[in-house]
Amino acid sequence: MNILEAVFTGITQGAMIALVALGYTMVYGVLKLINFAHSEVFMMAAYFGLVFLSLLIGDVSAVNGIVSPEAASSTFAGVFGALRGHPLAAAAAATVLAMLAASALGIGVERVAYKPLRGRGKGALVRVTPLVTALGMSVLLQNLAQLLFTARFRPYPQVLSGEVQVPGLGAITSSRALILGASIIVMIGLELIVKRTWFGKAMRALSANEEAARLMGVRTSRVISMTFALGSSLAALGAVLFCLDQSQVYPTMGVVIGTRAFVAAVLGGIGSITGAMLGGLLIGIIGELVKLTDYSGGVDVLVFLVLILVLLVRPAGLLGSTRTEKV
Amino acid sequence: MRVAHPTRASLALADGAPLLELTDVKVSYGGIKALKGVDLRVFPGEIVAMIGANGAGKTTTLKSIMGLVPLAGGAVKLAGRPLAQDTTEQRVAEGISLAPEGRAIFPNLTVLENLELGAYLHRDAKAMKETLEDVTELFPRLGERMKQEGGTLSGGEQQMLAIGRALMARPRLLLLDEPSLGIAPKLVQQIFRAIAEIARSGVTILLVEQNTRIALSTSQRAYVLRTGEIALEGDAKELASNPEIQAAYLGG
Ligand SMILES: Nc1ncnc2c1ncn2[C@@H]1O[C@H](COP(=O)(O)OP(=O)(O)O)[C@@H](O)[C@H]1O
Ligand SMILES: [Mg+2]
Repeated sequence: MNILEAVFTGITQGAMIALVALGYTMVYGVLKLINFAHSEVFMMAAYFGLVFLSLLIGDVSAVNGIVSPEAASSTFAGVFGALRGHPLAAAAAATVLAMLAASALGIGVERVAYKPLRGRGKGALVRVTPLVTALGMSVLLQNLAQLLFTARFRPYPQVLSGEVQVPGLGAITSSRALILGASIIVMIGLELIVKRTWFGKAMRALSANEEAARLMGVRTSRVISMTFALGSSLAALGAVLFCLDQSQVYPTMGVVIGTRAFVAAVLGGIGSITGAMLGGLLIGIIGELVKLTDYSGGVDVLVFLVLILVLLVRPAGLLGSTRTEKV
Repeated sequence: MRVAHPTRASLALADGAPLLELTDVKVSYGGIKALKGVDLRVFPGEIVAMIGANGAGKTTTLKSIMGLVPLAGGAVKLAGRPLAQDTTEQRVAEGISLAPEGRAIFPNLTVLENLELGAYLHRDAKAMKETLEDVTELFPRLGERMKQEGGTLSGGEQQMLAIGRALMARPRLLLLDEPSLGIAPKLVQQIFRAIAEIARSGVTILLVEQNTRIALSTSQRAYVLRTGEIALEGDAKELASNPEIQAAYLGG
């Protein structure tokens, strides 16, 4: 039973990691670039969610220093007051708002840090320069968060209490059930977007061959922007769900989750959307299983060990493409 | 083949006016002058061939028409209108489609998805359905492989897919870059029969080839490109019997 429980918790953890991993893998797909700033978009999204949620439930104690109680009860009350007394609706609205804000941030990061460099430079620099600006963007966002929100740990308001009964597993906290449910729905939705919509097809075409995609009439810069928006909004969903369940928000929180999500994306095969989901789940489950043992401090060590082993056997990751062009 | 575009207005071209016109087109890659002033005209309904050795600048010419490389000089006009300000997407919308060198199909998308992407700009359900039918009639091998990933096709099938994908856009001008490259002779015959069939339905074609024999027998007029310049032009049959061409491109 213990193991079963750990696996279940691992799946919820993993689903959240997968939501973040998807952003790495989709951006890599279209730009062949590791967007190191993605983990910081995740962190910023956690703050966005915190601010929106606090305003929506009318309790700004968690955001003191960011929003004053006076402003909350006067300026913002008109806009955000409607859902007071409905914590679930407030949480849902805060999540959506955080997703929108994170999309805008993601698009902004791309415009500022990557777009100006596209098609410039020669040889190895074409790949290296954007990596440097990615790291720079990441540091910038982290420092910006310190400045705006200070370094203190801020707990999320606990709006989801109570438990639900799951047959075979017993009681699980309702926030975990929500994470799991929301992640499953979002991942199915994402599969549908990628497989069925014109945007999804354009994104896959662009990943495969940029020039050929342009020859189909795909406006590549628009698809790139939309990919950043989609990836960032998924990270925001992950961030808010994660924080609702268990966590505090702090400016360096992106590093821990971001690293695991990045590893998940590489493990699953960077560029592969299903791979990112699988990688996330595996890392979540491994993490929880390790906690059952005496080596619970060594989760990240084991995660990297698994990564190295998988890459030794399958250099492109579990589901990564190893196809070579046919002549 | 049904070739009318679902929304684009048909062209009002003056009698004898070219559909495509390149005047003194120059393209450089860094210091390398790939095109040194190319003049070329394609009239509506024609199949025009452009032949030339490897590195002569054939692909670069097609890229300059699609707006995939910047011009260092000269102009590209479609139906008399200069395309200088137009992006590649706009040129596709105006009716130019390219089946690029090396096919450049999307290997991890299915054959059907590859074809659908050809219709990305108009997305007209009826036109898509019709062209899908027409393309399967033209290339029955594709019809049998719709659900397969593009990357699993043979080279010849991929070329058929690249041409079919370009047709899905309902172009008025189809540019083909070496459709015979690296393809089994039997399939080359099939593909060139299809090219002639496409032209008969009213699509104008500019055909780039290194396979001079088949290019000259399929086209009405031809240009010979040599190190970035037009060395010869004329009637395809006359060029095929030109001793210079026979010596240089037809193996004597
Ligand atoms: N991307 C590029 N960068 C630099 N030089 C190029 C590039 N593409 C083509 N070239 C050069 O331009 C010339 C014409 O090439 P291309 O148009 O591909 O010829 P063709 O299609 O007739 O074989 C060649 O000398 C080739 O080496
Ligand atoms: Mg070429």
